[in-house]
Amino acid sequence: MLRFILTRVSLVIPTFLGVTFLTFLLIRLVPGDPIEVRVGERGIPPERLLELRHELGLDRPLWQQFLDYIGGVLQGDLGVSLVTRNSVFSEFVTLFPATLELAALAMLFATVVGLPAGIIAAVRRGSVFDHGVMGISLTGYSMPIFWWGLLLILFFSVGLGWTPVSGRLDLLYYVEPVTGFMLIDTLMAGEYGAFWSALHHLILPMIVLGTVPLAVVARMTRSAMLEVLGEDYIRTAKAKGLAGKRVIGLHALRNALIPVVTVIGLQVGTLLGGAILTETIFSWPGVGKWLIESINRRDYPALQGGVLLIATTVMTVNLLVDVLYGVLNPRIRHSR
Amino acid sequence: MKRILLGAGLGVAATLALAAPAQAAKTLVYCSEGSPENFNPMVNTTGTSFDVSLPVYNNLVQFERGGTKVVPGLAETWDVSEDGLTYTFHLRKGAKWHSNNDFKPTRDANADDVLWSFNRQWKKDHPFHKVSGGAYDYFNDMAMPDLLKSIEKVDDYTVKFTLNKVEAPFIANLAMPFAAIQSAEYADSLQKKNQIDKIDQAPIGTGPFQFVAYQKDAVIRYKAFEPYWGGKAPLDNLVFAITPDAAVRYAKLKAGECHIVPYPNPADLEAMKKDTAINLMEQEGLNVGYLSFNVTKKPFDDVRVRRALNMAIDKKAVVDAVYQGAGVPAKNPIPPTMWSYNKEIEDYPYDPERAKKLLAEAGFPDGFETDLWAMPVQRPYNPNAKRMAEMMQADLAKVGIKAKVVQYEWGEYRKRLQAGEHQMGMLGWTGDNGDPDNFLHVLLGCEAARPGGSNIAKWCYKEFDDLVLQAKRTTDIAARTKLYEQAQVIFKEEAPWLTVAHSVVHMALSKNVVDYKMDPFGIHRFYGVDLKQ
Repeated sequence: MLRFILTRVSLVIPTFLGVTFLTFLLIRLVPGDPIEVRVGERGIPPERLLELRHELGLDRPLWQQFLDYIGGVLQGDLGVSLVTRNSVFSEFVTLFPATLELAALAMLFATVVGLPAGIIAAVRRGSVFDHGVMGISLTGYSMPIFWWGLLLILFFSVGLGWTPVSGRLDLLYYVEPVTGFMLIDTLMAGEYGAFWSALHHLILPMIVLGTVPLAVVARMTRSAMLEVLGEDYIRTAKAKGLAGKRVIGLHALRNALIPVVTVIGLQVGTLLGGAILTETIFSWPGVGKWLIESINRRDYPALQGGVLLIATTVMTVNLLVDVLYGVLNPRIRHSR
Repeated sequence: MKRILLGAGLGVAATLALAAPAQAAKTLVYCSEGSPENFNPMVNTTGTSFDVSLPVYNNLVQFERGGTKVVPGLAETWDVSEDGLTYTFHLRKGAKWHSNNDFKPTRDANADDVLWSFNRQWKKDHPFHKVSGGAYDYFNDMAMPDLLKSIEKVDDYTVKFTLNKVEAPFIANLAMPFAAIQSAEYADSLQKKNQIDKIDQAPIGTGPFQFVAYQKDAVIRYKAFEPYWGGKAPLDNLVFAITPDAAVRYAKLKAGECHIVPYPNPADLEAMKKDTAINLMEQEGLNVGYLSFNVTKKPFDDVRVRRALNMAIDKKAVVDAVYQGAGVPAKNPIPPTMWSYNKEIEDYPYDPERAKKLLAEAGFPDGFETDLWAMPVQRPYNPNAKRMAEMMQADLAKVGIKAKVVQYEWGEYRKRLQAGEHQMGMLGWTGDNGDPDNFLHVLLGCEAARPGGSNIAKWCYKEFDDLVLQAKRTTDIAARTKLYEQAQVIFKEEAPWLTVAHSVVHMALSKNVVDYKMDPFGIHRFYGVDLKQ
């Protein structure tokens, strides 16, 4: 087992280095540097530009900048934002809980709705329900997040007034962030009103961000269930007179869940990617919105650090899923 | 770990004031478009960051609400010496500083604070010079390092600025956001605690609103500063709810989650006009979008060609199509809201036949080939340069001119235009200090016509330049106005640009917002604004 884990971890290292290099290079390939972007029409005298570039370390050769960056990263230093002059890591840590909270709820939503929908669709294969679920999930999967988010806002927030348009908490409340997770912070503060408000604010972004994973989970569950339902042991279980619910819930679902768990784990990447758009629509103060602003301002350190930390999160989760899968399914860990 | 109730009013904000009791605190929610870099206007260049710091600070002098006229700020009065080189400011007594958990001021604003604030930007060895990046773009752009000879404290309430040369717009420069006054006492206390970065994160000023808290990328909170020297603001609380998407800002306004919304989507303007719950305000921006002709290149060295081009393009059609109601055709290089704007000037008519005749006279009966540069990005004075270029291209083809549209990445684009690589190039300008010098000298003077300068027509015309330079050295506004009016006449005759448009800026407000004034500089100011309850 330990060997299996070590092999998996060693595979992460090249990915990590690759991500570091790519983010460093890609943002520099975007035309316009942080100073040029800031000065706009008025321009900047060449001497002053040189001086400022020197202060920011942008005048050194690219390889040297990269080595410095890697050196910093290995020592846990992601540098300082060119715009706010705050440490990139501390900015990320301030904003990441908001993204995590949203992503976790979106995943919960996707699982709670997607799993049963997939199971029922499989059991009633070919029925109206099956076609309905598959059709809807295909639509959900192809839905542009931006459009879908605005549609929900116009319908539920502006039209019906059921949910707030955007933000994380009603302006009535001000809860000092401790964990950064609004639901937890409001409860710790004993502010139940604020807790409800936070929950209320989560509904629409959760649905929007959870739509793609929901579609994936529903389709995956359905196909895994269908495969399992055709197995001999299911027929045997039915033949020995077990109740239908028991056959499906106990015998079929357990085995069908293995690929579904993997898929859920892999959705973490989709969720964090989708968070960038969702957060922009819902004015959600998470890392997605922060990254978009960093791109516009060509804030190299913030962008590099942010992408690296998100990639690290995704890699860690994938690693955990891999390991967990190995635990669940011994065939995997012995075959490698 | 406690909930801070910022006056009962924040609750009111949530449900919008209508149902609140009469004496409840008034909280105005402004749905701002982005996150600020920090809370110091000295080190920033964006409207977003000026918006968040202006409630907190004062300058020596400031622009009147909704105008470009300079009025007293922390300086009650000022005298200019005969030779125009010395400015003596007499400071207001009793201007109180804000306080926060870490800082309780022991004195009012005085000359030390003024010296401290200018020296921070000016002197490279100042202990706070490097804080927040220390770029001070505006201080440098307005040529303050060249202009300033010395700043001296005469006594606690008198400061003397000595200049190296006469510069009439100097007073207007001091009203610009970068010239804010920070507290030297606060800086000292931070320095002792080794927390100098905090000066721009947890700002202390003398302005009408006191900074309360900033939740990164989400909400900025202020409360009215009771002992403000200009009198307490009618509002009790001011909240910025950061909302980057324009469609969502509109939705928030409709749902009653904010009172004021900047930068609406042009596509939403019609609906906003019809909405009885919304008050849509508009104002011509302090800007101009133009097409410059590089007079150092053939055939644009010939004034007949430049005039012909002015008549060959159907300006009204271009403006209508590109700005979609958010722009007005421009005839002068300065916007109509600016003093000295010459109303008498007549624009070139759209007349392709006369254009053809002029071209023939200039030796181009069959037209010629040229390039036509267009910005790759949306700018405040031009929402879609590419589309504009295509329309112009079609108009020019009608008089036989074949124009090729050229685009570069934005930073590169500006650099190449300033180097004078183009034949015809689009650009524009947004005013900084409301002074005509900021357009006429900066964009059309001989000094700026050098390679790399911002006069991208590279047009150096002595008669024009003399007038503008003379106006720069004259402090009397009436005399300056005459000079600038005349300069505009020469500009029109010589036609180094095709002046395209001044964009119109829109703001959407909830009907219960009272006395909001749009600012010509495009900054959003909330002192003096009230809410009907």
